[in-house]
Amino acid sequence: MGEWFQAREPHCASIVFQKVDTVLELRALTKHYLTHPAVNGISISVARGEFFALVGPSGCGKTTTLRLIGGFEEPTSGEILLDGRQVAGTPPYQRDVSTVFQNYALFPHLTVAENIAFGLERRNHIAKSEIRAKVQQSLSLVQLSGKETRKPHQISGGERQRVALARSLILEPKVLLLDEPLSALDPKLRKQMRSELKSLQRRVGIAFLFVTHDQEEALSLSDRMAVMNQGSLEQVGTPRELYRQPSSRFVAEFLGGVNWVNGAGVRPEAVRISRERPGNHVHWIGGVVEACTFLGNCLHVETRLANDTRCTAEVAQNGFEFVPGDTVYIWWNTADELRIGNGA
Amino acid sequence: MKSGLNRFLAVYATAGYLFLYVPLAVLAIFSFNDSKIAVWRDFTLGWYAGVLHNRALLDATMNSLTIAAVATIVSTVIGTLAGYALWKKRSPLLTSSFYLSLLTPEIVTGISLLAFFEWIFRFLHVQLGMHTVILAHIGFSLAYVAIVILARLRIFDRTLEEAGLDLGATEWQVFQRITLPLLLPGIVAAALLCFTISFDDYVITSLVAGVNSETLPMVIYAMARRGVSPEVNALSVIVTGALGVLILLAGRLEHRTPGMERRS
Amino acid sequence: MSRLRATFVAPSAMVMILLFFVPLLIVFVYSLLTRGPYGGVMKPWTIESYIRVFDPLYGEILWRSVWIALLSTGLCLLLGFPLALYIARSSTHKTLLLNLVVLPFWTSFLIRTYAWMFLLRDTGLINSGLEAMHVIRQPLPLLFNTGAVILGLVYGYVPFMVLPLYATLEKLDPVLLDAAEDLGASPWVAVLRVVVPLAKPGMIAGSLLVFIPCLGAYLTPDLMGGGKTVMVGNLVQNQFTTGRDWPFGAAVSLLLMILVVIVIQALGRRGEDLI
Repeated sequence: MGEWFQAREPHCASIVFQKVDTVLELRALTKHYLTHPAVNGISISVARGEFFALVGPSGCGKTTTLRLIGGFEEPTSGEILLDGRQVAGTPPYQRDVSTVFQNYALFPHLTVAENIAFGLERRNHIAKSEIRAKVQQSLSLVQLSGKETRKPHQISGGERQRVALARSLILEPKVLLLDEPLSALDPKLRKQMRSELKSLQRRVGIAFLFVTHDQEEALSLSDRMAVMNQGSLEQVGTPRELYRQPSSRFVAEFLGGVNWVNGAGVRPEAVRISRERPGNHVHWIGGVVEACTFLGNCLHVETRLANDTRCTAEVAQNGFEFVPGDTVYIWWNTADELRIGNGA
Repeated sequence: MKSGLNRFLAVYATAGYLFLYVPLAVLAIFSFNDSKIAVWRDFTLGWYAGVLHNRALLDATMNSLTIAAVATIVSTVIGTLAGYALWKKRSPLLTSSFYLSLLTPEIVTGISLLAFFEWIFRFLHVQLGMHTVILAHIGFSLAYVAIVILARLRIFDRTLEEAGLDLGATEWQVFQRITLPLLLPGIVAAALLCFTISFDDYVITSLVAGVNSETLPMVIYAMARRGVSPEVNALSVIVTGALGVLILLAGRLEHRTPGMERRS
Repeated sequence: MSRLRATFVAPSAMVMILLFFVPLLIVFVYSLLTRGPYGGVMKPWTIESYIRVFDPLYGEILWRSVWIALLSTGLCLLLGFPLALYIARSSTHKTLLLNLVVLPFWTSFLIRTYAWMFLLRDTGLINSGLEAMHVIRQPLPLLFNTGAVILGLVYGYVPFMVLPLYATLEKLDPVLLDAAEDLGASPWVAVLRVVVPLAKPGMIAGSLLVFIPCLGAYLTPDLMGGGKTVMVGNLVQNQFTTGRDWPFGAAVSLLLMILVVIVIQALGRRGEDLI
């Protein structure tokens, strides 16, 4: 019953949004495999030019949702509206969306330029010269000029990703679907590509629907995001809203660490910790340090509180050291407490 | 739509399988037909009885089994050793001669062996017979064994041998105690291939066979040339059935071999 | 290791030399000799046999063998490609479906040929069936012609095409097809533009494995062609048996071998990579 209510809520919000300029709208989208529901009544709307992230643990149905929009799977029920037109039932090659696949799915027998030109060549009545010009243009858009004659296996992982982006963007789709596009890259490159992706999206102005299991990626990249769990939508909103006002315990915990103390949720970075007893102007709780981990830019202090609950504090690296066994005092600002929407 | 292509492939594949199996099925069905012509009259096992009482057929079968058994044993043993040696250290000369032998048209192999035997007979007082057939079969089946073994060894984990050596075994002991047992399913597969190829061969055999070395394929060939006889149908069913049972038994042995790793 | 290795290699090397290379060498020597009165060979040395190969009569046989082999290979590709694609794309029973294609290969080639003769003969199932239904009065000439030979070759060698094709198609990432469709290619275009080019190694290997035995085919033209469709294999066999012209048969054999080697070389691969 609760899930049903949550699924309805963003749908209501989307009606308001449609007036803004909705390019993609999912209405009660459902996909069943045999009897098991992979996607369960999802309603989302994505605005033109918006960077929208769909995030959730593996197996939550986010990739299936993307494949439904791309046309690789047919929904059991529900609607997919692209620019207000129902596209469920339309094959992928007639849908005005394009996908960047997890491993990019570049055609190994074609060069970089041929990969990028593939989609345009499928369209009728486009002159060869025009294709060539557009390919050059998109090569420079993704900074791959000079690599057009390479084969996919002759370029780096980051370059491959850019080819995949260029190959889709050249078709000027209404929505670009990205299926964990950063997961195939090594961690350092991933951070760099994050900002490149964001600036590319701003330049081309095409709506991106970005699927990831990495909450940090979603939080840092998206204008708005949706959290999915077990095929259902948990919450939709801006990264700030979701992080600070999660509608459920699941969203709160998925997007970051949470300490649950006396029924209140507090993010570790909001927890204050001191060896000295603070004044009576704050409501403090006493505890004992169990472990203290040095993380470079901060310290993670794990404590056991008087009522036997655990609480982790993330404190800035400012010369303080905590040793297991230390007696400490913990408090936080009431404003920093998470307000769980449905009291999960 | 995607289903359009899929439907086409399914229909096409069904037609393909029918193409492969309908002739064999018809052949089998009419082995039970109580008529000499290809119109169904009545069920009979008469043709099977005829096959089992046909002296010439039984002799030819015995010859074929003897030839195939000897050729299989010899080829499997020496082919396995060669495959193993080629895996340890490449020898382009021997490897390419195996491939060349595989790709040589049967008729060329046959006449070259015939010419070879006739030439030898100038010096020795022997004639074409079982021995020449067996030698010929060893000659053409060896390459199959060596190539199958080599292919199997390509997915064999080399560190197993190194571990054996590291633990103090000699190279011969490593081969005998580690590699050979792990390679056994591959050897069985190679032997089976060798046996069926030898048992089935007509072209080479017919050229190098002598008076008392008529094989089953030679009899089937002669019967097929003479005209339709449901006895051939019955014989075909028996031979195909026997080979089928043999393959199924060998398939049982072919579990995933430990120590074999998929090539990446 | 070297001694153990030498011991392991020696028997095979000996068999290959004695039962493969020496016989071929003898064929080469024979091809340069004159035919004997009762078969066999005798001096003087001559290259007359090689000149005779280019006689229009024999040139025709050679040409026929090449085009029959090419056509059969093409038909095997046409039959084998969708079949291999179907097997590679099916989600369940892949091994079973593949084994069903390979299984006939394990049964007797002769019996498989006979099965078609049983169907196609004047008194075979098709003709008797049509006569019984009064569709025809005279039996249709289905057997003993070039078409029957090609049918027999395709039937006999199609597994050789399907196996390497399946091996390449199975490795193909299905997401590439999704990607092609995503970029606007219909499934048919996706197969043509993505699957076919990527299956090229399998197509080459399969074509080679079909073309070579077809080129040197003896049994199929003999039985299904009934002696009317003479191919190189039959010519060679004839010279060594009834024709009794061993030098000429030897010369034709060597020419056939050279053709085989040229085909392998032309496809630019070592045999090792193929199987």
